[in-house]
Amino acid sequence: MNKFEKELKNNNFLCSQCTNCDKIVWPPSEFCSKCFSDVIWRPVSKYAKLVEFSSKDNNYFCIAEFEDSIRVMGSVENASDLHVGQTLVLINCDYDGREKFVFKSVSRT
Amino acid sequence: MGIAATGLTKFTKNDVPIELLMGSSVKPIFNEATNLEHKDIEVVLTSTNANNKYLANIVSEFCGISPKIAHSVESLCNSGTNCIVSAYAYILSGLAKTALVIGAERTDSPGLVLEWDKSRGQYKHPIYWSSMFTSAHMRKYGTTMENLAYVSAKNHRNALDNPHAYFEREYSLEEIMESKNLTTHVRLLDCSMPCNGAGAVLLASEDVITKFVDSPVWITGIGQKATSAGFTKNNDLTSMSSTIHSAADAYQMSGKKPVDVDVAELHDAFSICEIIELEDLGFSKKGSGAAYVKQLYDTNNRKINPRGGLIGSGHPLGATGIAQTIEIFQQLQGTARKRQIHNSKVGLVHNMSAASTSSTVLVLES
Repeated sequence: MNKFEKELKNNNFLCSQCTNCDKIVWPPSEFCSKCFSDVIWRPVSKYAKLVEFSSKDNNYFCIAEFEDSIRVMGSVENASDLHVGQTLVLINCDYDGREKFVFKSVSRT
Repeated sequence: MGIAATGLTKFTKNDVPIELLMGSSVKPIFNEATNLEHKDIEVVLTSTNANNKYLANIVSEFCGISPKIAHSVESLCNSGTNCIVSAYAYILSGLAKTALVIGAERTDSPGLVLEWDKSRGQYKHPIYWSSMFTSAHMRKYGTTMENLAYVSAKNHRNALDNPHAYFEREYSLEEIMESKNLTTHVRLLDCSMPCNGAGAVLLASEDVITKFVDSPVWITGIGQKATSAGFTKNNDLTSMSSTIHSAADAYQMSGKKPVDVDVAELHDAFSICEIIELEDLGFSKKGSGAAYVKQLYDTNNRKINPRGGLIGSGHPLGATGIAQTIEIFQQLQGTARKRQIHNSKVGLVHNMSAASTSSTVLVLES
Protein backbone atom coordinates (compact mmCIF):
# COMPACT_ATOMS: atom_id res chain seq x y z
CA MET A 1 0.00 0.00 0.00
CA ASN A 2 1.14 3.54 -0.65
CA LYS A 3 0.80 6.37 1.87
CA PHE A 4 -2.65 7.41 0.62
CA GLU A 5 -3.98 3.87 0.92
CA LYS A 6 -2.40 3.26 4.35
CA GLU A 7 -3.89 6.46 5.74
CA LEU A 8 -7.27 5.73 4.18
CA LYS A 9 -7.23 2.32 5.89
CA ASN A 10 -6.65 4.22 9.17
CA ASN A 11 -9.77 6.29 8.44
CA ASN A 12 -7.73 9.32 7.38
CA PHE A 13 -8.63 10.80 3.98
CA LEU A 14 -5.56 12.68 2.77
CA CYS A 15 -4.91 14.55 -0.41
CA SER A 16 -1.68 15.62 -2.01
CA GLN A 17 -1.06 19.37 -2.34
CA CYS A 18 1.81 21.06 -4.15
CA THR A 19 4.45 22.72 -1.95
CA ASN A 20 5.16 25.26 -4.69
CA CYS A 21 1.89 26.25 -6.38
CA ASP A 22 -0.64 24.92 -3.80
CA LYS A 23 -2.53 22.90 -6.40
CA ILE A 24 -4.54 20.04 -4.95
CA VAL A 25 -3.48 16.99 -6.93
CA TRP A 26 -6.33 14.51 -7.28
CA PRO A 27 -6.32 11.53 -7.72
CA PRO A 28 -3.35 11.57 -5.32
CA SER A 29 0.17 11.66 -6.67
CA GLU A 30 3.75 11.99 -5.42
CA PHE A 31 4.28 15.15 -7.46
CA CYS A 32 2.33 18.16 -8.70
CA SER A 33 0.62 17.70 -12.07
CA LYS A 34 1.04 21.40 -12.87
CA CYS A 35 4.61 22.33 -11.83
CA PHE A 36 6.04 18.89 -10.96
CA SER A 37 7.14 20.08 -7.51
CA ASP A 38 6.92 17.94 -4.40
CA VAL A 39 3.63 17.55 -2.58
CA ILE A 40 2.64 17.42 1.04
CA TRP A 41 -0.04 15.11 2.36
CA ARG A 42 -2.78 16.81 4.33
CA PRO A 43 -6.24 15.90 5.63
CA VAL A 44 -9.22 16.68 3.42
CA SER A 45 -12.21 18.51 4.89
CA LYS A 46 -14.85 16.18 6.30
CA TYR A 47 -17.59 18.10 4.53
CA ALA A 48 -18.50 17.66 0.89
CA LYS A 49 -21.13 18.82 -1.59
CA LEU A 50 -23.45 16.23 -3.12
CA VAL A 51 -22.89 16.33 -6.91
CA GLU A 52 -25.01 13.39 -8.08
CA PHE A 53 -26.51 10.22 -6.67
CA SER A 54 -28.28 6.97 -7.48
CA SER A 55 -29.00 3.74 -5.65
CA LYS A 56 -28.64 0.00 -5.93
CA ASP A 57 -30.93 -2.25 -3.90
CA ASN A 58 -31.92 0.75 -1.75
CA ASN A 59 -28.28 1.49 -0.96
CA TYR A 60 -27.38 4.98 -2.12
CA PHE A 61 -24.13 5.90 -3.83
CA CYS A 62 -23.01 9.32 -4.94
CA ILE A 63 -20.37 11.66 -6.28
CA ALA A 64 -19.33 14.11 -3.58
CA GLU A 65 -17.03 17.11 -3.97
CA PHE A 66 -14.63 18.27 -1.26
CA GLU A 67 -13.08 21.74 -1.20
CA ASP A 68 -14.56 22.63 -4.63
CA SER A 69 -12.15 20.25 -6.33
CA ILE A 70 -11.83 16.71 -5.01
CA ARG A 71 -14.58 14.46 -6.31
CA VAL A 72 -15.04 10.90 -5.10
CA MET A 73 -17.69 8.22 -5.33
CA GLY A 74 -18.96 6.77 -2.07
CA SER A 75 -21.99 5.39 -0.29
CA VAL A 76 -24.55 7.45 1.63
CA GLU A 77 -25.95 6.02 4.84
CA ASN A 78 -29.44 6.74 6.14
CA ALA A 79 -30.19 8.60 2.94
CA SER A 80 -33.56 10.28 2.72
CA ASP A 81 -34.58 13.27 0.65
CA LEU A 82 -31.14 13.67 -0.86
CA HIS A 83 -30.79 16.70 -3.11
CA VAL A 84 -27.95 17.80 -5.33
CA GLY A 85 -25.92 20.60 -3.77
CA GLN A 86 -26.61 19.60 -0.18
CA THR A 87 -23.84 19.04 2.32
CA LEU A 88 -22.61 15.57 3.22
CA VAL A 89 -20.15 14.58 5.92
CA LEU A 90 -17.59 11.84 5.48
CA ILE A 91 -18.21 9.50 8.41
CA ASN A 92 -15.83 6.72 7.45
CA CYS A 93 -13.18 5.80 4.94
CA ASP A 94 -11.26 2.60 4.45
CA TYR A 95 -9.10 0.68 2.00
CA ASP A 96 -9.41 -3.02 1.30
CA GLY A 97 -7.90 -3.09 -2.18
CA ARG A 98 -10.46 -0.49 -3.20
CA GLU A 99 -11.04 2.91 -1.65
CA LYS A 100 -14.14 3.20 0.49
CA PHE A 101 -15.89 6.46 1.36
CA VAL A 102 -19.04 6.54 3.50
CA PHE A 103 -21.14 9.70 3.80
CA LYS A 104 -24.26 10.81 5.59
CA SER A 105 -26.44 13.87 5.18
CA VAL A 106 -25.77 16.80 7.44
CA SER A 107 -27.35 20.14 8.13
CA ARG A 108 -24.56 22.63 8.63
CA THR A 109 -25.27 25.51 10.95
CA MET B 1 -5.64 8.15 -46.82
CA GLY B 2 -8.30 5.51 -47.16
CA ILE B 3 -9.69 2.16 -46.11
CA ALA B 4 -9.26 -0.52 -48.75
CA ALA B 5 -10.70 -3.67 -47.16
CA THR B 6 -12.20 -5.01 -43.94
CA GLY B 7 -12.76 -8.23 -42.04
CA LEU B 8 -14.97 -9.09 -39.10
CA THR B 9 -15.74 -12.16 -37.00
CA LYS B 10 -19.07 -13.06 -35.48
CA PHE B 11 -19.30 -11.69 -31.91
CA THR B 12 -19.84 -14.62 -29.54
CA LYS B 13 -18.91 -16.00 -26.17
CA ASN B 14 -17.02 -18.91 -27.74
CA ASP B 15 -13.70 -19.56 -26.03
CA VAL B 16 -11.20 -18.69 -28.77
CA PRO B 17 -7.59 -17.53 -28.19
CA ILE B 18 -7.16 -13.86 -29.02
CA GLU B 19 -4.51 -14.43 -31.69
CA LEU B 20 -6.89 -16.82 -33.47
CA LEU B 21 -9.72 -14.27 -33.21
CA MET B 22 -7.45 -11.67 -34.77
CA GLY B 23 -6.26 -14.00 -37.52
CA SER B 24 -9.88 -14.88 -38.35
CA SER B 25 -10.65 -11.23 -39.00
CA VAL B 26 -7.64 -10.84 -41.32
CA LYS B 27 -8.67 -13.69 -43.61
CA PRO B 28 -11.56 -11.76 -45.26
CA ILE B 29 -9.18 -8.86 -45.99
CA PHE B 30 -7.20 -11.05 -48.37
CA ASN B 31 -10.45 -12.16 -50.03
CA GLU B 32 -11.82 -8.63 -50.31
CA ALA B 33 -8.74 -6.68 -51.40
CA THR B 34 -7.71 -7.26 -54.96
CA ASN B 35 -4.04 -7.95 -55.69
CA LEU B 36 -3.12 -7.85 -51.99
CA GLU B 37 0.03 -9.78 -51.22
CA HIS B 38 1.49 -10.41 -47.79
CA LYS B 39 4.55 -8.35 -48.63
CA ASP B 40 2.36 -5.31 -49.33
CA ILE B 41 1.54 -4.89 -45.61
CA GLU B 42 4.11 -2.62 -44.00
CA VAL B 43 2.49 -1.99 -40.59
CA VAL B 44 0.51 -4.33 -38.35
CA LEU B 45 -1.10 -2.79 -35.28
CA THR B 46 -3.17 -4.78 -32.80
CA SER B 47 -5.86 -3.18 -30.68
CA THR B 48 -6.72 -4.94 -27.44
CA ASN B 49 -6.75 -4.69 -23.67
CA ALA B 50 -5.57 -8.28 -23.32
CA ASN B 51 -2.30 -8.77 -21.50
CA ASN B 52 -0.79 -10.89 -24.28
CA LYS B 53 2.73 -9.74 -25.08
CA TYR B 54 4.19 -9.23 -28.57
CA LEU B 55 0.72 -9.79 -29.99
CA ALA B 56 1.15 -7.78 -33.21
CA ASN B 57 4.23 -9.84 -34.05
CA ILE B 58 2.50 -13.11 -33.15
CA VAL B 59 -0.54 -12.32 -35.29
CA SER B 60 1.72 -11.13 -38.12
CA GLU B 61 3.53 -14.46 -38.05
CA PHE B 62 0.23 -16.37 -37.95
CA CYS B 63 -0.83 -14.47 -41.06
CA GLY B 64 2.49 -14.82 -42.85
CA ILE B 65 3.21 -11.09 -42.70
CA SER B 66 6.64 -9.58 -41.94
CA PRO B 67 5.84 -5.88 -41.49
CA LYS B 68 8.27 -3.03 -40.90
CA ILE B 69 6.36 -1.94 -37.81
CA ALA B 70 4.29 -4.12 -35.46
CA HIS B 71 2.95 -3.29 -31.99
CA SER B 72 -0.18 -3.09 -29.88
CA VAL B 73 -2.31 -0.06 -29.00
CA GLU B 74 -4.35 -0.03 -25.80
CA SER B 75 -6.81 2.62 -24.71
CA LEU B 76 -9.63 0.65 -23.05
CA CYS B 77 -12.86 0.87 -25.05
CA ASN B 78 -11.58 3.17 -27.81
CA SER B 79 -8.43 1.14 -28.46
CA GLY B 80 -9.78 0.34 -31.92
CA THR B 81 -10.08 3.86 -33.26
CA ASN B 82 -6.87 4.89 -31.47
CA CYS B 83 -5.20 2.09 -33.41
CA ILE B 84 -6.66 3.36 -36.69
CA VAL B 85 -5.43 6.87 -35.92
CA SER B 86 -1.95 5.53 -35.15
CA ALA B 87 -1.93 3.67 -38.46
CA TYR B 88 -3.10 6.84 -40.22
CA ALA B 89 -0.17 8.73 -38.70
CA TYR B 90 2.35 6.11 -39.81
CA ILE B 91 1.10 6.36 -43.38
CA LEU B 92 0.83 10.15 -43.36
CA SER B 93 4.39 10.40 -42.05
CA GLY B 94 5.67 8.43 -45.03
CA LEU B 95 7.02 5.60 -42.89
CA ALA B 96 4.63 3.22 -44.63
CA LYS B 97 2.09 3.07 -47.44
CA THR B 98 -0.14 0.38 -45.96
CA ALA B 99 -1.22 -0.62 -42.47
CA LEU B 100 -3.29 -3.52 -41.20
CA VAL B 101 -5.20 -2.68 -38.01
CA ILE B 102 -6.59 -5.66 -36.09
CA GLY B 103 -8.72 -5.33 -32.95
CA ALA B 104 -9.97 -8.09 -30.69
CA GLU B 105 -11.13 -8.76 -27.16
CA ARG B 106 -12.33 -11.62 -25.00
CA THR B 107 -14.86 -11.57 -22.18
CA ASP B 108 -12.06 -12.13 -19.67
CA SER B 109 -10.45 -8.83 -20.69
CA PRO B 110 -8.74 -6.88 -17.90
CA GLY B 111 -9.99 -3.72 -19.64
CA LEU B 112 -13.55 -3.94 -18.35
CA VAL B 113 -12.84 -2.09 -15.09
CA LEU B 114 -10.30 0.72 -14.54
CA GLU B 115 -8.94 -0.19 -11.11
CA TRP B 116 -6.56 2.79 -11.13
CA ASP B 117 -9.32 5.35 -10.70
CA LYS B 118 -9.25 6.01 -6.95
CA SER B 119 -11.91 8.68 -7.31
CA ARG B 120 -14.47 5.98 -8.10
CA GLY B 121 -13.98 4.36 -4.67
CA GLN B 122 -15.86 1.06 -4.45
CA TYR B 123 -17.90 1.98 -7.50
CA LYS B 124 -15.49 1.07 -10.28
CA HIS B 125 -17.83 -1.00 -12.42
CA PRO B 126 -19.11 0.98 -15.44
CA ILE B 127 -22.77 0.70 -14.31
CA TYR B 128 -22.00 3.28 -11.62
CA TRP B 129 -20.70 6.03 -13.90
CA SER B 130 -23.56 5.30 -16.23
CA SER B 131 -25.98 5.76 -13.33
CA MET B 132 -24.44 9.16 -12.59
CA PHE B 133 -24.82 10.35 -16.21
CA THR B 134 -28.39 9.05 -16.32
CA SER B 135 -29.43 10.63 -13.05
CA ALA B 136 -27.93 13.98 -14.05
CA HIS B 137 -29.54 13.95 -17.52
CA MET B 138 -32.92 13.06 -16.04
CA ARG B 139 -32.74 15.90 -13.55
CA LYS B 140 -31.70 18.53 -16.06
CA TYR B 141 -33.70 17.47 -19.12
CA GLY B 142 -36.50 15.28 -17.80
CA THR B 143 -35.16 12.18 -19.54
CA THR B 144 -37.04 9.05 -18.45
CA MET B 145 -36.33 5.33 -18.12
CA GLU B 146 -38.75 4.85 -21.02
CA ASN B 147 -36.59 7.17 -23.14
CA LEU B 148 -33.62 4.91 -22.40
CA ALA B 149 -35.59 1.83 -23.41
CA TYR B 150 -36.06 3.26 -26.91
CA VAL B 151 -32.27 3.29 -27.41
CA SER B 152 -31.98 -0.36 -26.47
CA ALA B 153 -35.07 -1.42 -28.47
CA LYS B 154 -33.85 0.43 -31.58
CA ASN B 155 -30.34 -0.94 -31.43
CA HIS B 156 -31.40 -4.53 -30.72
CA ARG B 157 -33.80 -4.25 -33.68
CA ASN B 158 -31.06 -2.88 -35.94
CA ALA B 159 -28.75 -5.72 -34.87
CA LEU B 160 -31.17 -8.29 -36.28
CA ASP B 161 -29.80 -7.48 -39.75
CA ASN B 162 -26.18 -7.60 -38.61
CA PRO B 163 -24.92 -11.16 -39.13
CA HIS B 164 -21.93 -10.50 -36.85
CA ALA B 165 -23.95 -9.25 -33.85
CA TYR B 166 -23.92 -11.07 -30.53
CA PHE B 167 -27.66 -10.59 -29.98
CA GLU B 168 -29.95 -12.31 -32.46
CA ARG B 169 -33.38 -11.34 -31.16
CA GLU B 170 -35.51 -8.26 -30.79
CA TYR B 171 -36.45 -6.89 -27.37
CA SER B 172 -39.71 -5.05 -26.88
CA LEU B 173 -39.91 -1.80 -24.95
CA GLU B 174 -41.78 -3.69 -22.25
CA GLU B 175 -39.08 -6.37 -21.95
CA ILE B 176 -36.44 -3.70 -21.64
CA MET B 177 -38.45 -1.72 -19.09
CA GLU B 178 -38.93 -4.90 -17.04
CA SER B 179 -35.35 -6.18 -17.32
CA LYS B 180 -33.37 -6.44 -14.11
CA ASN B 181 -32.54 -3.18 -12.37
CA LEU B 182 -28.78 -3.17 -11.83
CA THR B 183 -29.16 0.26 -10.22
CA THR B 184 -32.09 2.67 -10.04
CA HIS B 185 -30.87 4.18 -13.30
CA VAL B 186 -29.44 1.23 -15.25
CA ARG B 187 -31.29 -1.93 -16.32
CA LEU B 188 -29.63 -5.03 -17.69
CA LEU B 189 -30.91 -4.34 -21.23
CA ASP B 190 -29.55 -0.78 -21.11
CA CYS B 191 -26.03 -2.27 -21.04
CA SER B 192 -23.70 -3.42 -23.79
CA MET B 193 -22.50 -7.00 -23.46
CA PRO B 194 -18.80 -7.90 -23.20
CA CYS B 195 -18.10 -10.66 -25.70
CA ASN B 196 -15.44 -12.21 -27.91
CA GLY B 197 -14.85 -10.82 -31.37
CA ALA B 198 -12.38 -9.29 -33.80
CA GLY B 199 -12.27 -6.85 -36.68
CA ALA B 200 -9.60 -5.73 -39.11
CA VAL B 201 -9.19 -2.88 -41.59
CA LEU B 202 -6.55 -2.31 -44.25
CA LEU B 203 -5.48 1.32 -44.61
CA ALA B 204 -3.45 2.57 -47.55
CA SER B 205 -2.06 5.80 -48.88
CA GLU B 206 -3.80 7.55 -51.75
CA ASP B 207 -1.11 6.62 -54.27
CA VAL B 208 -1.37 2.84 -53.75
CA ILE B 209 -4.91 2.23 -52.50
CA THR B 210 -6.51 1.72 -55.91
CA LYS B 211 -4.32 -1.36 -56.35
CA PHE B 212 -6.47 -2.98 -53.65
CA VAL B 213 -9.93 -1.46 -54.13
CA ASP B 214 -11.72 0.44 -56.89
CA SER B 215 -13.69 2.76 -54.60
CA PRO B 216 -11.91 3.39 -51.30
CA VAL B 217 -13.51 5.03 -48.28
CA TRP B 218 -11.52 8.07 -47.26
CA ILE B 219 -10.70 9.14 -43.72
CA THR B 220 -11.25 12.89 -43.94
CA GLY B 221 -11.61 13.91 -40.31
CA ILE B 222 -10.03 12.82 -37.04
CA GLY B 223 -10.60 14.18 -33.55
CA GLN B 224 -9.24 12.74 -30.34
CA LYS B 225 -9.30 14.03 -26.79
CA ALA B 226 -8.20 12.55 -23.49
CA THR B 227 -9.78 14.75 -20.82
CA SER B 228 -8.48 12.60 -17.98
CA ALA B 229 -8.33 9.03 -16.77
CA GLY B 230 -10.43 9.57 -13.65
CA PHE B 231 -14.19 9.70 -14.15
CA THR B 232 -14.80 12.53 -11.71
CA LYS B 233 -12.94 15.07 -13.89
CA ASN B 234 -15.91 15.27 -16.31
CA ASN B 235 -17.57 18.08 -14.40
CA ASP B 236 -20.88 18.34 -16.27
CA LEU B 237 -22.50 14.93 -16.02
CA THR B 238 -25.06 15.76 -18.71
CA SER B 239 -22.28 16.05 -21.31
CA MET B 240 -19.15 14.21 -22.38
CA SER B 241 -16.38 16.76 -22.58
CA SER B 242 -13.96 14.63 -24.60
CA THR B 243 -16.68 13.87 -27.15
CA ILE B 244 -17.43 17.56 -27.68
CA HIS B 245 -13.74 18.33 -28.23
CA SER B 246 -13.00 15.40 -30.52
CA ALA B 247 -16.13 16.05 -32.59
CA ALA B 248 -15.16 19.70 -33.08
CA ASP B 249 -11.71 18.69 -34.35
CA ALA B 250 -13.05 15.98 -36.66
CA TYR B 251 -15.67 18.30 -38.14
CA GLN B 252 -13.08 21.04 -38.64
CA MET B 253 -10.56 18.71 -40.31
CA SER B 254 -13.17 17.26 -42.67
CA GLY B 255 -14.99 20.52 -43.34
CA LYS B 256 -18.23 18.70 -42.55
CA LYS B 257 -21.02 19.58 -40.15
CA PRO B 258 -23.42 17.31 -38.25
CA VAL B 259 -26.10 17.98 -40.86
CA ASP B 260 -23.79 16.57 -43.57
CA VAL B 261 -23.52 13.17 -41.87
CA ASP B 262 -25.66 10.48 -43.51
CA VAL B 263 -24.89 7.63 -41.13
CA ALA B 264 -23.15 7.32 -37.77
CA GLU B 265 -21.90 4.74 -35.32
CA LEU B 266 -22.11 6.00 -31.73
CA HIS B 267 -20.57 4.39 -28.66
CA ASP B 268 -23.71 3.27 -26.80
CA ALA B 269 -21.98 1.47 -23.94
CA PHE B 270 -25.22 2.21 -22.09
CA SER B 271 -28.52 3.63 -23.32
CA ILE B 272 -27.85 7.04 -21.80
CA CYS B 273 -24.60 7.30 -23.76
CA GLU B 274 -26.35 7.40 -27.15
CA ILE B 275 -28.69 10.15 -25.97
CA ILE B 276 -25.86 12.33 -24.64
CA GLU B 277 -23.65 11.63 -27.66
CA LEU B 278 -26.38 12.60 -30.12
CA GLU B 279 -26.46 15.95 -28.37
CA ASP B 280 -22.69 16.39 -27.99
CA LEU B 281 -22.00 15.38 -31.60
CA GLY B 282 -24.51 17.97 -32.81
CA PHE B 283 -27.17 15.63 -34.17
CA SER B 284 -29.74 17.08 -31.78
CA LYS B 285 -29.97 20.00 -29.39
CA LYS B 286 -29.06 19.52 -25.74
CA GLY B 287 -31.99 17.87 -24.03
CA SER B 288 -33.46 16.61 -27.32
CA GLY B 289 -31.44 13.43 -27.72
CA ALA B 290 -34.18 11.21 -26.28
CA ALA B 291 -36.84 12.65 -28.61
CA TYR B 292 -34.48 12.13 -31.55
CA VAL B 293 -34.01 8.45 -30.62
CA LYS B 294 -37.78 7.95 -30.34
CA GLN B 295 -38.24 9.45 -33.79
CA LEU B 296 -35.61 7.10 -35.21
CA TYR B 297 -37.35 4.14 -33.56
CA ASP B 298 -40.86 5.11 -34.64
CA THR B 299 -39.82 5.65 -38.26
CA ASN B 300 -37.45 2.64 -38.38
CA ASN B 301 -34.68 5.04 -39.38
CA ARG B 302 -31.30 3.33 -39.08
CA LYS B 303 -29.12 6.41 -39.47
CA ILE B 304 -27.70 6.05 -35.95
CA ASN B 305 -26.06 2.71 -35.12
CA PRO B 306 -27.31 0.75 -38.13
CA ARG B 307 -25.35 -2.37 -37.10
CA GLY B 308 -27.04 -2.28 -33.69
CA GLY B 309 -24.42 -0.32 -31.81
CA LEU B 310 -22.67 -1.85 -28.82
CA ILE B 311 -25.98 -2.69 -27.16
CA GLY B 312 -27.19 -4.82 -30.05
CA SER B 313 -23.88 -6.06 -31.46
CA GLY B 314 -21.96 -6.73 -28.25
CA HIS B 315 -18.84 -4.96 -27.01
CA PRO B 316 -15.51 -6.74 -27.47
CA LEU B 317 -13.54 -3.69 -26.33
CA GLY B 318 -10.52 -3.71 -28.65
CA ALA B 319 -12.65 -4.71 -31.63
CA THR B 320 -15.49 -2.24 -31.10
CA GLY B 321 -13.96 0.83 -32.75
CA ILE B 322 -12.83 -1.32 -35.68
CA ALA B 323 -16.31 -2.86 -36.07
CA GLN B 324 -17.90 0.60 -35.96
CA THR B 325 -15.52 1.76 -38.70
CA ILE B 326 -16.25 -1.33 -40.79
CA GLU B 327 -19.97 -0.58 -40.59
CA ILE B 328 -19.45 2.94 -41.89
CA PHE B 329 -17.08 1.61 -44.59
CA GLN B 330 -19.81 -0.77 -45.78
CA GLN B 331 -22.47 1.93 -45.63
CA LEU B 332 -20.36 4.27 -47.76
CA GLN B 333 -19.54 1.48 -50.20
CA GLY B 334 -23.22 0.57 -50.49
CA THR B 335 -22.58 -3.00 -49.30
CA ALA B 336 -24.45 -2.91 -45.97
CA ARG B 337 -27.30 -5.03 -47.40
CA LYS B 338 -30.47 -4.82 -45.28
CA ARG B 339 -28.82 -2.21 -43.07
CA GLN B 340 -28.00 0.09 -45.98
CA ILE B 341 -28.79 3.79 -45.58
CA HIS B 342 -29.63 4.90 -49.11
CA ASN B 343 -27.05 7.05 -50.86
CA SER B 344 -24.69 7.46 -47.89
CA LYS B 345 -21.74 9.69 -48.72
CA VAL B 346 -20.53 10.90 -45.32
CA GLY B 347 -20.26 8.75 -42.19
CA LEU B 348 -19.11 9.30 -38.62
CA VAL B 349 -17.62 7.00 -36.01
CA HIS B 350 -17.70 7.89 -32.32
CA ASN B 351 -15.75 5.63 -29.96
CA MET B 352 -15.03 6.46 -26.31
CA SER B 353 -13.45 5.04 -23.18
CA ALA B 354 -13.97 4.90 -19.45
CA ALA B 355 -16.99 7.15 -18.90
CA SER B 356 -15.98 9.24 -21.89
CA THR B 357 -12.79 10.40 -20.23
CA SER B 358 -11.41 10.00 -23.75
CA SER B 359 -13.09 9.94 -27.15
CA THR B 360 -12.26 9.47 -30.80
CA VAL B 361 -14.36 10.77 -33.70
CA LEU B 362 -13.66 9.81 -37.31
CA VAL B 363 -15.33 11.29 -40.37
CA LEU B 364 -15.32 8.98 -43.39
CA GLU B 365 -16.34 9.79 -46.96
CA SER B 366 -16.95 7.76 -50.09
